Amino acid sequence: MSAAIKVPPMLSANPRLDRWVKFNDDRTATVFTGRVELGQGIITALTQIAAEELDLTFEQVRIVDADTELTPDEGHTSGSRSISEGGSAMRSACAEVRAVLLAEAARRLDIPADRLVVEEGRITGADRIRETTYWNLPHAELLDRAATGQVPPKPVARYTVVGRSARRLDIPDKLTGRPRFVADMKLPGMLHGRVARPPSFGAKLVSIDEAAIRAMPGVVAVVRDGDFLGVVAEREEQAVKARKAMIAGSRWTEQPIPTDAADIYRFIETRDTTDTVIVERRDEAALARAAKTFESRYAKPYVAHASLGPSCALATFDPGRIEVWTHSQGVYPLQRELAEVFGLPVPSVVAHHVDGPGCYGHNGADDAALDAVLLARAVPGRPVMLQWMRDDEFAWEPLGPAMVVKTRAAVDAAGNIVDWSLDLWSNGHTQRPGVVVTTEPSVSLLAAWHLEKPVPRIPQGDPAMSGGGGMARNAEVIYALPNQKVVAHRVEELPLRASTLRALGAYANVFAGESFIDELAEACGADPVEYRLRHMQNPRARAVIELAAQKAGWVSNEKSDGTKGRGIAFAQYKNGYGYIAIVAEVVLEPEFRVMRMVAAVDVGLAINPDGILNQTEGGILQALSWTLKEQVQFDRERILSRDWETYPVLTFSEVPKVEVHLIDRRDEEPLGAGETPTGPTAAAVANALAHALGVRVRELPLTRERIIAALERT
Amino acid sequence: MSLPEPTRFTVNGTAHSVPAEPDTPLLYVLRNDLDLKGAKFGCGLGQCGACTVLLDGHAVNACDTPLWAVAGKQVTTVEGLAAGGTMSRLQQAFLDEQAVQCGYCISGMLMSATALLERTPDPTLDQIKEAMDRNLCRCGTQARILRAIQRAAGQGASA
Repeated sequence: MSAAIKVPPMLSANPRLDRWVKFNDDRTATVFTGRVELGQGIITALTQIAAEELDLTFEQVRIVDADTELTPDEGHTSGSRSISEGGSAMRSACAEVRAVLLAEAARRLDIPADRLVVEEGRITGADRIRETTYWNLPHAELLDRAATGQVPPKPVARYTVVGRSARRLDIPDKLTGRPRFVADMKLPGMLHGRVARPPSFGAKLVSIDEAAIRAMPGVVAVVRDGDFLGVVAEREEQAVKARKAMIAGSRWTEQPIPTDAADIYRFIETRDTTDTVIVERRDEAALARAAKTFESRYAKPYVAHASLGPSCALATFDPGRIEVWTHSQGVYPLQRELAEVFGLPVPSVVAHHVDGPGCYGHNGADDAALDAVLLARAVPGRPVMLQWMRDDEFAWEPLGPAMVVKTRAAVDAAGNIVDWSLDLWSNGHTQRPGVVVTTEPSVSLLAAWHLEKPVPRIPQGDPAMSGGGGMARNAEVIYALPNQKVVAHRVEELPLRASTLRALGAYANVFAGESFIDELAEACGADPVEYRLRHMQNPRARAVIELAAQKAGWVSNEKSDGTKGRGIAFAQYKNGYGYIAIVAEVVLEPEFRVMRMVAAVDVGLAINPDGILNQTEGGILQALSWTLKEQVQFDRERILSRDWETYPVLTFSEVPKVEVHLIDRRDEEPLGAGETPTGPTAAAVANALAHALGVRVRELPLTRERIIAALERT
Repeated sequence: MSLPEPTRFTVNGTAHSVPAEPDTPLLYVLRNDLDLKGAKFGCGLGQCGACTVLLDGHAVNACDTPLWAVAGKQVTTVEGLAAGGTMSRLQQAFLDEQAVQCGYCISGMLMSATALLERTPDPTLDQIKEAMDRNLCRCGTQARILRAIQRAAGQGASA
C-alpha cells in the first residue's frame, strides 16, 4: 500500500463529498466552492479543474460560489491561495467523487474499475457495450459520505481541460449588461438605503433633526443607532437626497488624527513598536570581506483599494432571520460577525456571495453588508438595497497601510553582496476576523463600532509568516546572501483604518529590496540583470529574470541618453509562490512616462493560461497606478481623498504597452497569480527612472514633484 | 402624493414614459424604472465613466444627466448594442480579447468606444486613449481594452 496522501486542509475542513459535487438531471454537475469570483477568473479556473477530474466537459460543470447555505466554508478568498488551496481541495474531492461512482459502476457492469473509461460522464468498459453514466447511478446516496482524501488525482500528462486557455464564464453577461452584480439585484418590494457616516473616524453625533429627514419625499425610515445614521426610501434618488440632508443637518464632535500625510513616515518611525526578527543569517567570514557599505530608506503611503463601484449589499431582516447578498470575500466569516452583532445563532444568518466590483483586498464589502442589515431591520420584511456613495468608500474603507523600509548592505572588493539587512515599520496589515483572537466579542464591521451598544473593533492583526506574512511579506530576499537580517517593527498605534490590500507588505518590501539591489549594482558598476543573476541560485528565479530581459531586448550595461531608461525587478511572491521578473522602459519627454512593461511569470502549472496573463497584466497596471499616482491625502482632522479628483488613478493616456510571457511548468504545483506583479512593478519603474535620470526616488508615488525634488538634491 | 409628470424618451429604440422627478439622474431611471442594469453607479460625480450611455449618439455620464435633459431624445445603453441577441463587433472583440476583469467598468467602456468608432472608424492608438480617458478601470484591464477596440476597428493589435 502506498503512503497516505496529504489531505488538502480545505477538504479536511469540509469533508462531505456532496458538499462539493452534485449531479443534475440534465447531464451536468454542480460543483460547490467556498471561493468567490472577484474578477480574477477563479470560477473559470475551478470549472476547468472540476471538469478535468470528473471527466466531464467544461460546459457540463456549473460552479456555485460561496454561500452559507450551499457551499463549503473556505474562509476568505485572499492571498492568491484559491488555486493552491481551493483548487487542490476541489481536485481531491472530484477525484474521489469519480472513484466512488466508478466503484459502483464497476460492480454493476462487472468490469474492474481500473478498466472503465469515463467520457462526458458516460462510463464504459473497453468493449463499449456495457455502459452506464454518473446520472444512472444512485449518485446522491453514494456521495453522502465523508471524503478520505486518499484518491490520487489524474496525472497531469492526461490533462485535456486544465492547461488550455478557457474563456471566462462570467464575461458574456458582463459585456451585454445582464444583471450580474449585487447592485443589479432586484427583489419584490425592495427599498433603497444610504448611510450618513460621521465626518471623521472618532466623531460622535451631537444632534440631527430626524423629523426633517422623515418628512422628505419617499423616506420610509430614518435609522439612528448611536453614531450610526442611515435612511431607507422608496426610490434610490430619494435615499441619496435624504443622505445629503442628513449629512448637512447633523452635528458632530470630532477627534484629531495624530499625524497627516506629510508627517506619516516620521510618525510611524518614532512610535513604540513590537519588533520581530524575520530572518537572521550570519557568516562572519563573509562579513570580514566587507569593503564598502550602503544605506537607503524607502517609503510607501496609504493606498486605497478604491473599487470602481462603491460597496453594496442587499438584505432582508425578519425577526430571528437575516439574509444578505454580498460581494464579501468571505461569506462564512461575515455570517459569524453578523450573528455576533445581532445576537443571533449563526445559522439564523444566511449570506450569499454575488459578484461585485474588484476589491483587491479587504475593502468596504463586509461593512456594507452590516449597513444593509441595520437598514433592513427598520423595515422588517422588505428587502433593502444599500450602496455606499463614492466618498463613503474613500473615507471609510480600510486602507493599505503606510510603510517605511530601511536597507543596509555591504559588498566585497568585487562588488559581491556580503551583508544585507532590511528594517521595516508598519501597522499590522489586517483587520480581518479570525487573525487576532479576543476574549470579549469583537468584529471587523465598521457600523458595529458606532452603535448605541457597540461591538468593539477587532484588534489590528498581521498575518503569520507561516502563511506568507503581512507587513514582512517578501521582506526577506531570496538571493543567495551569506548574511541577511530582516526586522519587522510593528507600530501598534493606528492613525487610519487599515487592512489587507493586494500583496500586503510585499509591495513596499519588494520596491525597497529591488530598488536597493539596483543601487548596489550601479555603485559596483555592474549590469542590473547580471548582478541579480550573480546572486541568484534558484533556477526558476533565474529563468524569469533571463526571459524578461531577453524579451525586453535588454542590453547589458547600456548607458542612458538622459531621456530613456530601463529597469528590472524580480520577486517570488511570499518567497514560496509565483516567480516574476519585470522590465520597465521609461522616457522623459519631458514628462516622465512609462512606455513598456515586459514581464516573465512562472506560477507552476498554468490552469488557465490566458487567465494568468489577464491577472498579471492587470496586476502590473494596478501597481503602476499605485506607483505613479496614488497616495491617500489626509490632514489631522479628516481623510481628504474623497473622489477620483482628489485620488487620481492611472488613465488610458498613461497606459504603457504591456507584454507578459508565461513559463508553463506542468510538473510544478499550480500557484495563484493575482498578487505577484505589484512590488516588482514599482521597483522596475523606479529603477528605470534612476537609469534615465541618474537620480533615485525612494518615496512612492513617483510623482513629478518627487522627481524634481530628487534632481534638485543632486 | 401625486406622481411627477412623466418624461418621454427613447431607450434602445423603445419609447418610454417615466413618472419621476425631472432632476432624477438618468442612471437611476435606467437601472430602477427600466431594469436596465448595464450602466453602473461608480461615483455619481461624472468622473469615472462606469455609467456611460449614448445620448443622441454622444457618450454621456448617466449619473449626472438629469431626466429632464433626455426628454424627447434617444438613449442607447449597453443592452442596446447586441441587436437581435448578436453581440456588436465591439462586444465580440472584447470577448475575443477577454478584455474584462471584474467587469464593473466594462459597459461604460463599451459605450465610450462605441461612440468613438461611430465618429472615427479607424482611430489611432492616441485617439483611442484620448476618447477613453474619462473611463476608469481599477483592475488594470486597459491594455486589453485598447487591443479590443483596435480589433473592433479591424486593426492588428499594437497596444
